[in-house]
Order: sequence, then C-alpha cells, then structure tokens
Amino acid sequence: MEEYRLELRNVSKSFGEVQSLENINFKLGQNEIVGLLGDNGAGKSTLIKIITGYHQPTSGEIFFNGQKVEHLSVPKARELGVETVYQERALAELQTLWRNIFLGREICNSLGFLDIQQMRDETYRLMNQSMGFTSHAVSPDSRVGTYSGGEKQGVAIVRALFFNAEIVILDEPTMGLSLKETAKLVNFVKGIKQAGKSAIFIDHNIFHVYNVADRVVVIDRGKVAGEFLTKNIGVNELMEKMVHVAETGSLD
Amino acid sequence: MNPQTTESTPAVPQHYKIEFSLKRFARANSAQLGILGVFLTLWLIFIISAPNTFLSSQIYSAFMASIPFFAIMAIPLTIVVIAAEIDLSFPSIMAMGMVAFSFTYNTTGFIGNATIQVGLAILAALVTGALIGSLNGFIIVKFGIPSLVVTIGTQFFWRGAVLVLTQGANFTLTYITDTFFYPLLVGKIGGYFPMQMVWLIVVTIIGWVLLNRHRFGAHIYLIGDNVKSAELMGINTSRTRIQAFMLIGIISAFAGVVASFYVAYFWPSLGDGYLLSTLASVFLGGTSVFGGTGTILGTFLGAFIIGAIEAATVAIGLTGFWTQLIYGLIIVLSVMMHTYLRKRGE
Repeated sequence: MEEYRLELRNVSKSFGEVQSLENINFKLGQNEIVGLLGDNGAGKSTLIKIITGYHQPTSGEIFFNGQKVEHLSVPKARELGVETVYQERALAELQTLWRNIFLGREICNSLGFLDIQQMRDETYRLMNQSMGFTSHAVSPDSRVGTYSGGEKQGVAIVRALFFNAEIVILDEPTMGLSLKETAKLVNFVKGIKQAGKSAIFIDHNIFHVYNVADRVVVIDRGKVAGEFLTKNIGVNELMEKMVHVAETGSLD
Repeated sequence: MNPQTTESTPAVPQHYKIEFSLKRFARANSAQLGILGVFLTLWLIFIISAPNTFLSSQIYSAFMASIPFFAIMAIPLTIVVIAAEIDLSFPSIMAMGMVAFSFTYNTTGFIGNATIQVGLAILAALVTGALIGSLNGFIIVKFGIPSLVVTIGTQFFWRGAVLVLTQGANFTLTYITDTFFYPLLVGKIGGYFPMQMVWLIVVTIIGWVLLNRHRFGAHIYLIGDNVKSAELMGINTSRTRIQAFMLIGIISAFAGVVASFYVAYFWPSLGDGYLLSTLASVFLGGTSVFGGTGTILGTFLGAFIIGAIEAATVAIGLTGFWTQLIYGLIIVLSVMMHTYLRKRGE
C-alpha cells in the first residue's frame, strides 16, 4: 500500500459553538501538489493551522508517512518537515532580515547564546542565491518592514525552504503580488515538485491553482465537497463546479 | 555603496561583512544616538546653568550612589516593554522582598551567625521577587488580561500585603552592617565609587547580553513586534513572557535589598518613589511603547538623565516641587519624540 506523506482522518474542529471543520478526510501523496479551493470562511486556513500544529483538532487523527502523530505542535510539525508560508506572512516587520529568516529557530549553542555571524552569513547567502534580491535596500541587517510586498513574500518562502521542508504549505501566497511576482511564485511551486517534495497550495485564483496542482480539493462550509485530478478536468469545468458548490453546497 | 548586494557578484562570499559607513551606522542606531545627543546637551545646559554643582566630582559620586536604585530595575523593565508588556508592580515587589528578607532573618536566629542569616535572607528576597514576578506573568498570559491592568492590581495587593505583614511598622537593619554583604552591596571603592553602581553595571551587562546575544532576547523582540507571527513560527510566547516578568521580579527584589542596605533601615513604603523615574528612564531611553524596539544602553543613559534632573532643578534654583512636573513632561515628550523619529525612519 502506498504511504501518504500526510493523512487526516475524520478531523473536526470547533471553536466554542462554531463548527469550523467537520469530519475532514484529507490525503497528501509523496511528491504531490494539492490545491485547496474554497470560499472565504470555508475552513481552509483552519485546516492548514491544524496541519502546522497551531490549532489542535477537536477530534480525528493525523498521520505523517503512515505514523500516527499525537498532540501535534508547531515545533513538532516542523521537525516532521512541515513548513508554511502563511497568508499573513508571519514576519516581524520591525526586525532585521536575518532575525526573520531564523524566526523561532535561531542558531544558538546549548546555553542558548546566539551565533549571529553564522545567521547573517546564511541570510546573505540565501538572499543572493535563492531570493534574487538585487535592491540596495536589502541586506541581512535591513528591516523587513521596509520591503515591497514581493520581497516580503520572498522572505517568507525562502524561510520555508531553507529548513529542509518535506511538505510546503502556501496559504494565499499570491495575495498582494504583482503579475511578475506571481509568475515567479508559480515557477517556485513547480520547483517544489521537481525537488521531490510535496505541497499544499491555497489560493482564491483557480487558474493559479489549476496550473500547478496535481489534484484539487474543494472545501465548503467545513466539509470536503469534492476532489479532482487536474489531468481529468478542464479549468472551465472546474470553475463551473466551484460556482455550483458555492450556491448549493454540493457538487451534484 | 553596498557592493555585496549587486547582482553581478559571481561567487557569494562565505562571510557577510558590512563596510563601515557613518551614514548606515547613524541610521541603524538613530534612537541610541538621539538619546546620547539629549544626554550630552542636557549635561552641557546643567554645567552652564550651575557650574559650581556640575563641575565638582561630588555630584557625580552622589549620582552613582542614588541613581542605581531605580536604574537597576529599568533594565529588566526595558525587556518587558520591548515584549509589548508593562510592569507597574515592581515598587511593591521591592518592599515585599524586604519583608521576606526580615522574616527569614528573624526566624533563622538559631543559626547564630549573622552573615549566614543575611545571606539566606537575601536569597529569600530574590526568590520572593521571582515568585511574584512569575505570578504576574502567569495571570497576564493564562488569562489574557492586559499587563497594565494586572500589575496595577498586584501593585496594590503586594503593597497591602507588606502593610498587613509589618503592621505598617518600620524597623532598623543595623545588624547587616557587620556582615560582608554590606560593603559588597553598598560600600564605596576607594571611598568614592559606590558598589551599587558596580551592581548597576553588572545588571546592565547581563541585560544587554540576554537581549542581544541570547535566544530569550531574540524571542522578546519578536513577541513585542508581532506576537501572532511569533506564535505561528513556534515560539513559546507564554513561557518567554512569564520569564520576562520573573526577571523584573528578581531584580526589583534585589534593588529593594540594595536600597534598604544603603540606609540600613526598612520602610514599608519602600519603592514608592521609584515608579515614575524607572518608567521615565525606559521611555526616555527610546524603548517603544508599542513594543518590538528598544535598547539597554538607551535606558542606561535615560536613567542618568532622569537622576540628574532632580539634582539639576534644585541646583538651577527651582524648588523640589518642580521635579514631578518635569518628569511627567519628559515621559510625554520623549514618547512623542521617539514615535515621531520611528515613523520618519520607516
């Protein structure tokens, strides 16, 4: 039997009285890109935050590579190779670039003292090799708050990739990006596939998702409304189905 | 201007080095240079308006004797404020630590050795400070109540506890003067340089290292900047904030011990006069009221400006009644100035 990189079984999540997710079954294969589609408030972000360990599910089970994982937390998910580019980017804008790259896992010795030179060196290397930053305003010691939207997104993405991600989650990554930056991002997601990793890609724009995903999962009102392999469905057909789901809550 | 970021660089060098440029240095340290400028300007004004006072070495010895009492607490308070929190309960922690001190001394009489007793008593004061600080942090983090509200409450609660436990009585601590802790904490090196100044320097260095060279400080900056981001990226924001409140608790109790040793006397109102000057030091030093930015060096200089102002108002010929007015003015003006500078810098 093929082992999934990630599997959620009957995962539900409620916040007080509000049932945000209901019996979600979700699979992510080895070296697969899954697009997650759904209207605002459908539960996409909640689902993502369960996978990254930020929220704990009210009920249900989570498996990584076929192994059941209990009490998933953010550090634990990271150990398992989950890296996330959050919708809100999760940057600290008053802080320098190197502090943002190493946010939450600073390089330090056993007593907790930082190795600042190494973090600056690594940031500098990443900046030149992976981010393609050419602006004079960008250096490891410049503040992230002064960057453009695309540059900020670049920081969030490079940060996710630097730490040997097995599963990259991108939550609305094209929001606020220019056309050129968006094209770059789509190429980047294709690069994840070529590198043999898996990814979950969330976006409002069906075309972006259709372009890069192997499979599309449609979420509506906290439930999985349906899923399609992109090779079996045309983008127009997918769009019609999405509209239908939004109106009626089901595919049929 | 910035050769390492041009895209034509063929091979990426192993080490990132910044070529020194005065402009970049000034930009990166604008807040600290600003406070240094204020410091030197005020000093010059003081010297010109009261040369007899400010050109004699005695006044500086007096500053170094009195300023550390609140400056020591301004260092951990800076860390708390950078984390976008506030602590107003530290004056009461000073006094509560001393209650634990005298209780421990009085109940360990069977040891019969004043030095050991005083050593244990100091330890008890520090532990009490740590516990009260952690409790502040625990309430703030676990119940999600703003620290301003919680620490106003605990400020009154612990002051009340001091008054109940001591029945409002003050008492002498003459027994400490025979132990080596007395010269260690409040002695004078060469008859001029006060030991409390040495302790201030020690606390300042520890605070600087924690904030700038340790993971704890890195997390403090990130929490103060954007607590949501910090949480999403897996930082234990609760633990870090509780640790920050514990730190100011310990240091406040220590400041209470030092201040009481200096006069070898305990007043149940110990610490009451330090609230305003400690807060003013932090904000004058350029630490943002919104969290995320601030420096230890700024606070250190801020404390000396605040301490000098009281002496200066009197030396210049104004009455002591003016000091509170001037403190209040300084807090408001410095917060306005730093907020303005920061907005311009962005």
